[in-house]
This record gives sequence, C-alpha cells and structure tokens, in this order.
Amino acid sequence: MTYGAIHRRSREKWEALYSSGIIHILVGTATCGRAAGSMPVLEAFRRQIDGLGDGVRVSEVGCIGLCSQEPLVIIVKPGDFSVCYHHVTPRIVPQLVEGYVRGNDPCLDLALGTVSGGGDEAAFIPELELFHHQSRVLLRNCGYNSPQDIDHYIAGGGYAGLAAALGMKPSRILNEIKRSGLRGRGGAGYPTAAKWADCLKAGGSVRYVICNADEGDPGAFMDRVLLESDPHAVIEGMIIAGYTVGAKQGYIYIREEYPLAIERINIALDQARGKGLLGRHVLDSGFSFTAKVVRGAGAFVSGEETAMIAAMEGRRSWPEHRPPYPAQAGLRGKPTLVNNVKTLAYVPIILQKGWRWFRSIGTKESPGTALFAMAGKLENAGLAEVPMGTSLRTLVYGIGGGVKQGGQFKAVQIGGPSGGCLPESLLDTPIDFDSLKEAGVIMGSGGVIVMDEDNCMVDTARFFVDFSRHESCGKCTFCRIGTFHMHSILDDITRGKGSIKALEALQGLAEDIRSGSLCGLGRASSNPVLTTLRYFREEYAAHVLEQRCPARVCKDLTGYYILPQKCQKGCDHCVLACPAEAIFSDEKGIKVVDQPKCTKCGSCELVCPAEYNAVIRLSPVSLIPADRYTRPDTKEP
Amino acid sequence: MYSSILTASRRHHRHLIDVLQEIQSGEGYLSNEAMLEVAKCLGVSSATVWGVATFYNQFRFIPPARKPVRVCMGTACHLAGGQLVLEAMARELKIEVGGTSKDREVSLERVACIGCCALAPVVTIGGRTYPKMTPPGVEEVLVEVKIASGQDGAGNSSPA
Repeated sequence: MTYGAIHRRSREKWEALYSSGIIHILVGTATCGRAAGSMPVLEAFRRQIDGLGDGVRVSEVGCIGLCSQEPLVIIVKPGDFSVCYHHVTPRIVPQLVEGYVRGNDPCLDLALGTVSGGGDEAAFIPELELFHHQSRVLLRNCGYNSPQDIDHYIAGGGYAGLAAALGMKPSRILNEIKRSGLRGRGGAGYPTAAKWADCLKAGGSVRYVICNADEGDPGAFMDRVLLESDPHAVIEGMIIAGYTVGAKQGYIYIREEYPLAIERINIALDQARGKGLLGRHVLDSGFSFTAKVVRGAGAFVSGEETAMIAAMEGRRSWPEHRPPYPAQAGLRGKPTLVNNVKTLAYVPIILQKGWRWFRSIGTKESPGTALFAMAGKLENAGLAEVPMGTSLRTLVYGIGGGVKQGGQFKAVQIGGPSGGCLPESLLDTPIDFDSLKEAGVIMGSGGVIVMDEDNCMVDTARFFVDFSRHESCGKCTFCRIGTFHMHSILDDITRGKGSIKALEALQGLAEDIRSGSLCGLGRASSNPVLTTLRYFREEYAAHVLEQRCPARVCKDLTGYYILPQKCQKGCDHCVLACPAEAIFSDEKGIKVVDQPKCTKCGSCELVCPAEYNAVIRLSPVSLIPADRYTRPDTKEP
Repeated sequence: MYSSILTASRRHHRHLIDVLQEIQSGEGYLSNEAMLEVAKCLGVSSATVWGVATFYNQFRFIPPARKPVRVCMGTACHLAGGQLVLEAMARELKIEVGGTSKDREVSLERVACIGCCALAPVVTIGGRTYPKMTPPGVEEVLVEVKIASGQDGAGNSSPA
C-alpha cells in the first residue's frame, strides 16, 4: 500500500474517534505513572464507565513529562475543554466521571490545567508556566497519542518522513541531515550526517543500524519515556537511517530494566510490519528493512557503541580501540550505524519539515532541542525539552520551579556519572554541546539533578565514582584501578581521614584517568571529581582541615543532637523510633543521644514532631556539648 | 533440557546472552547445570559462559526470593537519603545487602535506577513501588507486605 492510502485510513479512523462526540479518558501509564499508582486508576475508570456505552473510551497513553504530578489523567471532551488532572487516585475517579464525563463540572479543584487537544502538534498546557519555556519536538506526541496504536501516530503525520525519504536518493537525505546540523544525542554530540556518511562509504553489501536504547545513567529516563510514549518516531527514524546508509537490518538495543519499553516497542514493530512499513518492500518501494529488539543484560558500559556490539555478539561488553569505528567495521565486522534513541527520533520530523525548520530552533552550532530528565531537589521533577541555547537558570527555575521547599540552590549536576556539578555562578551557561564542555561537564545522556545545601559535594562525587567503579568493565587499567583509588580517597575524605596531599593526588589521578582510559565512559568518570574540585574546593577543605561536612551528610563528621530547650520531655517519639536504643532521658527527662551508640540513621530527626523540631545535626561532631555527648556512667543495681 | 531454548539455529556463541536470558526468565536464575548445558550446546567453554554471565548485572546464580526487596540507589534517591533507607531495610530484615533469607522468602538488593526519580527515595517489593521512603517508614511497609520484621536471621546466606 502507498503511504497516501495508509495515511488516509488512519486519518479516517482518527477522525471517527475524535469527531463523533466520544469522550476520551487518557491515563498516563508509562513506568513513572505506574510507579505512582496509575494502573489502579486505569482500572477504576474502566469500572466506572462500564454501562456508559460507546460514548466514552479509556486509553492508555505515555507520559507528558510531569513526573511530580503523576498519576495524570486527561479527559478530552469534544466541544469543550480537555482537562488534565493530577495526583489522581481511584477514590476521586467516581467524582471525575460524575462531574466531567457525565456532567459539565470540570472539577477544577482537582485539575492541573486545560489542554488544547489531542494529537495535534500544538498540544500543550498553556496555563502552566513550565511549558512556556519548552519547545516540544521529541515530546510532541508523548502523553497524547496512544503508543500502542500506530493509527494515532500516522494520523498526526507519522511515517510521512519515511514516505518522503523513500522518494529521495540517499545522498539527498544525507545532505538534508547535514544541513540540519543534527548532532548525536547520546552525549558526545558528533555530527549525525558525518557518521551516516562514513557508514555509507564503507564497503560491502551488508550493513546494520543499531538504535542505542541502553540508557544506563542513574537519573536519566528520556529515552525510556520516548520508547514508552512514542515508539513509532524512533522506528521511523531507524528505517530512514537504514535506507540512507543501505542497511536492511536494524536492532534496538534496550536495557532489560525497561520491560514496558520493550513491550511497547515490540507492539509498535508488529503494527509497523502489519502496515507494510517494515519488512519486504517498505511502502511498495524496492527497499526492504527488518528490525528487532535486543535486550541488554545490564551493564552501564554497554551504552558505549563498541561495547554494545560486543554484547550483541554474545561477549562481555568490552569496548574496543577505535578506529576502526563501528561505521566502518562494527557488528559481525560489517559497517554498523549506532545512533541514540533521540537522534533517530529527530530524523522523521526533519525530513517532514525540512532542515531550515530544524535550524530555526536552537543555536548555530547545536541546532534543535535538548531533552532533559530533571530530578533532585526541584519543585517540578520531570521531563523538559528546551531549545538548545536556553540557560541552565531557565531550566532550573523557569521549568523546574526552583529548589524544593524554598531550599538554597547549591549545584546542578548534568550528565550523570560522566558529567559534573556546576555552581550557582554558572547557571547562566547556555545549554549546548560546546558551552557545557567548556564548563567542564558534558551534555551526556541528559540527566539533570539539582542539589541544595543539604547535599554534600564530596559525597556526591563519591557516589558517582562508586557507580563508575562498579560499572568499570575492567579492560583498561586507568579506569579499573583509577576509579578504585579515586573512590578510596573520596571515601577517606568523607570519613575525616583526608589530607591536602590526598586532595592533590586525587586531582592528578582524575586527570590521568581522563587522558588514559580506553573508552569515553572511563575518560568521563573523573568529571564528577574534577568539577567538584574546581567549583566546590572549599567543601573539600572543610572536610579535610576542619573535620566538617557543611551539608551535614557525611556520617562520621556529623552528630545528631537534641536541643534541650526545645525537647518536650514526655513525648518519647525519638526514643521509640531509634533502632539502636541510643536515646535516653537525663535527670530532667530531656532526651539525649548517646553518640557512641548512635548509628546516624536519622529516624529521630524525622519523627520529632514539627512543633518541637528539637533534633538537629551538627558538624563537626565536636560541637556537641561534652556533658550531653554520652550516657553518664550509671551504676547498675 | 532446554531444548526449546537451545534450538539448532541458536547454537552459536553470539546467542549466548539471549539463551541465558531465556533460561533465567524461566527458572529465575542460572544454575551450574544450566550453564554447563549451554556451554556444551553452543560449543564454548564453561569458563566463557561463566565469564559472560558474571559480567552482567542481570544474571543471578541462586534462586530468587519470593519477595525481593529492591532499594533504588539512583542519583535522586541517593540525594534524598536512599542509603539510610537501605541500611534500615538491612537492619529490619536482618539480611546483608545482596543477601537472601534462609527460607528464600525475602532478599535485599540495591538497584541502579528504577526511573521514577520524582518519587525518591523508592523501594520496590515484589513489583510494587513504595515512594518517598524514610527509615521509620521501612517497618510500616514490611508489616504491610507481611514480611516479618526482625525475623531470626541466623544462617542467612551471604551476598551472591
């Protein structure tokens, strides 16, 4: 079938669905929604509309990116506002059905905002300020289209990019991508067209395309959301890439920790096959292309392209020296194009709208948008897609809503274990590949974590180095042994056993790892250390010289102390909560923490009623008055 | 054994990982017997199978517990006090991190990132997610899922 015929059918189906007065209840059931409890909400809606007939439908959709507001439900009512509801629980479902599905009360007290409509590219929530700064290209369908219904995607213009591509010579597509200035979104920002051209130039008749969906960075989940919410955009991009470089076989390498993404991409692949968009003679052309999912077995290093290929060949996921690059000799020795999920998802829309359109977004050197997963001490955690060149400040304050509970901003961490921490003074740095690199961090996978004054920068560096140490594949010495020693130095510092000499050793070691490691993951594993040493040196100094953790996080340098003037003798909350039985009453009945017994679990601070707020943390531990440090010797009867 | 998995078309080294994944998804873990069988069928040494299997985080070599407790140690969870939650779990369950109770009822693992950072710190028990955990909240959750808190820990296996 031709594209025109396929599109017409999908469009008809779509219009029949949306123009016949049917009320649609869209429930976000991506992994994040499910974790927040969206499946019982989905069930409750299904039960509640039972008996309302064909006039009401409940559909599962992906994620619009407002993670902190999950579970989210959008009620699309023809001829009326479509309303987005947040923190929906099964208990309020009858109220919503009674109020807005059956009646005309939009239950505004439960609503987050209104949505202009489903499927349309302009769909957004205009009432919310956080959407003002965004430019939703990759996220355009997420949370509106059903990821499990290919007709939704096609009706909105999906696979038109593929249809256009099949009418073009590969060299013209390549030129289009080149002029768009698209750079790889896997982290390093290598020009996509150059990679494609290398693969096309390589000899032989067999070539492969791999979609890199091994998103292993803790705190990054953009690829997962795309695969769960709009899988066809990725598949379409991959087919176009295959056509351009002359590959007939594609693989989507997804980490096994993403079972829902695997499920939804498999459904999408089946549906694409059913429409003749995959398989023999794609859209009646002479081009044939098949694609399948390969499940990663859980190794951070597999995100590196040569390591990924090793894993696909049944070996340990060990990176190789480059060159030869995979584009020249990759999977089974054949030229292989490895592109990130987001990179491929941009391709269809570039071909559909043209390179000039793409260039009109973002900066000259980094065109397009940047997709971030924001978490940590932020009011609005979730996904954000902004034009390249937007400042970090806009991201953190404009979209993220600033630091949670009015805390004091300390740092923003970008790029996970391969990235680094930037202080307040660098918040005006524009987000693009080159500016971030200059500041000492990398765009990386796109995880953004905001930290406040309660987060210790030394502990944070130790956390990331610990991750890299665990995930080091062990092939090259710099990474294998270097991350081990960086971790042990950092660990010593957090325990008050550091020295200025050790700090110098740490700096040297980090620089050596950066220059000596075999792959990008090893080289970047020192970024968290180097950036914290560069921008937060005074915190290291406090740990080393004063035995003080300014954030009062490092356990060995911090003690829990009960303020005698605030303690309400009789309440006993802390005594009951303490698992170490370390809290006792003094002669006046006021509670005291027995420091030698205290395991510093923090339970007493959490349970102390807010009106007393008597438990505080002190660092250095020497601040705790000697007469309230431990239980006085009591003579046992 | 495993004839539906170790089909003729998959008797090649490059199918090693998917073969191991399928065996594990059926049996819950990789037994020594299973790995020896795979080595024989794929024509690779048992050391190769062991080397590959132990390289990846997914594979486990002891039978899983009925109620696996997973504490997320992603960045957002770490910053929100995930380590304290993990320690509280270990204390209440009387199991080391990475260990399984002797009766195979419960195990305790740290996992890299579950991907619901807005709910940090997160714990999952047997597929259900428990958001915004605190050390005092651990006990409550364990009561809810009927895992006896502070059960006799004698003889618990050490981390695998």
